[in-house]
Amino acid sequence: MSGFLGLLTRDLRLALRRRADASLAVLFFVLSAALFPFGVGPEANLLARMAPGVIWVTALLAVLLSLERLFLADYEDGSLELMVLAPQPLELTVLAKALAHWLTTGLPLIAAAPLLALLYNMDPAGLPMLILAMALGTPSLSLIGAIGAALTLGARRGGVLIPLLVLPLNIPILIFGVAALDAALGGLNPRPHIMFLGALFLGSLVLAPIAGAAALRQAME
Amino acid sequence: MHRFANPGRFLRLSNVILPWIAVLAAGLIAVGLYLALFVSPADYQQGESVRIMYVHVPSAWMAMFIYTVIAAASASSLIWRHPLADLVAKASSPIGACFTFLALVTGSLWGKPMWGTWWVWDARLTSVLVLFFLYLGHMALMGAFDSATRGARAAAILALVGFVNVPIIKFSVEWWSTLHQPASVLRLDGPSIHPSMLWPLLAMGLGFKLYYLALMLVRVKSELIAARLNARAATAAQLS
Amino acid sequence: MQQANEFFTMGGYGGYVWPAFGVTALIMIWLLAASLRRLRENENLLKQMQATTPRRQAGRAGAEGRAS
Repeated sequence: MSGFLGLLTRDLRLALRRRADASLAVLFFVLSAALFPFGVGPEANLLARMAPGVIWVTALLAVLLSLERLFLADYEDGSLELMVLAPQPLELTVLAKALAHWLTTGLPLIAAAPLLALLYNMDPAGLPMLILAMALGTPSLSLIGAIGAALTLGARRGGVLIPLLVLPLNIPILIFGVAALDAALGGLNPRPHIMFLGALFLGSLVLAPIAGAAALRQAME
Repeated sequence: MHRFANPGRFLRLSNVILPWIAVLAAGLIAVGLYLALFVSPADYQQGESVRIMYVHVPSAWMAMFIYTVIAAASASSLIWRHPLADLVAKASSPIGACFTFLALVTGSLWGKPMWGTWWVWDARLTSVLVLFFLYLGHMALMGAFDSATRGARAAAILALVGFVNVPIIKFSVEWWSTLHQPASVLRLDGPSIHPSMLWPLLAMGLGFKLYYLALMLVRVKSELIAARLNARAATAAQLS
Repeated sequence: MQQANEFFTMGGYGGYVWPAFGVTALIMIWLLAASLRRLRENENLLKQMQATTPRRQAGRAGAEGRAS
């Protein structure tokens, strides 16, 4: 456990030292979401109806941005080799890395989402649900993304490959994330969607460390 | 050379059964085509366009069947390090992608006269599209490494992760389409199928499966020879 | 003639039915041909290598024999 916390604080400290990188994902999130009105026009009703989908899709893409670096720096400077050899289970290492990624990417996205909701003229009554759905969904994005990042270590064009591997697996999160928000905005019961988001989170919490650790081991062989 | 001992037996076996499978596949597809185009009746609702079913449905079956084969091969590669399993997965992936593509294209060609559009975001079409992306990712990852074994291992992990996800994706897409789909769309899985349509479908389905088996054997053999070539090239490089 | 015509128009759906069967046949045949071509190429390469390597090894042995 101390190894887990140690790795987590190390990664967070590294991220803090390079704040520009972390804020890049948020900037991308806001900027790309701000492009849609130019594409579909400024009509307020249309934008309000699109808001849940746009926010979730751009969040999905923004999370991808920082995935390539998740293991790459450690892979290149050799510290990953030490992590594989360390007594601490590699699954915990993957979990710590994914958690650090979520704290530096997912959490800022959640903080920026209300701003986008405001820009899109979304009903403010949906804001708590937006934050709840993103709080349950974005950790899964980091976890599934960690699998993709681990699999592409040492690959040619790894950065281009990650979206191809990760995006199809993220579709369920997108579906239930948007559905929860749509239900809340439409006055329906968002509970089942939220439950599914939670189930997906728990599922990826189990699957991602196992698959990610297997991927790291074969990358180090 | 002991590593090729098992593949050697595989090669001998495949050389014996390959001609039989190939002939059987060609025969079944020929019979299936004859039944599909000449014998089976036109549907009372969909008219002659229903004949597209005889290539569309077997392609869709193959798309799912081959992904299952890849997942099983990946599991045996990761657990038992069976040297042939990686090759089976590698040989199967492009075939599966082709059948998935065919399922999409023929589905589109069926959808245009039936639904009036080339594409609807129907649960089935959408999940097949996602399956196509999974195939592309698998192929891309397999080819992205300088070392073939690393590519095979990474792709095997991805295939298993994808396999766990396929039912989840399918379920969530169905959930999603019932939220958004207007109910007016004609469902393809209507009443139970008549035997005059079932037989050509089964003949084509089995023919496609045997075609895949024959093609897979050819491709695995090709990969085995390529591995032997690489091994020889490596030893030659070491010697010189 | 009339019958053949009816067969090809497929009750007005010929423009959909035939492309569906055509693209299926095209891709399945192309995949088969490409796989067979690759197998033949690899087989030929292996044959070539098997024909040349023993000779090269014999040449090396001879050179080593002379050097020693």
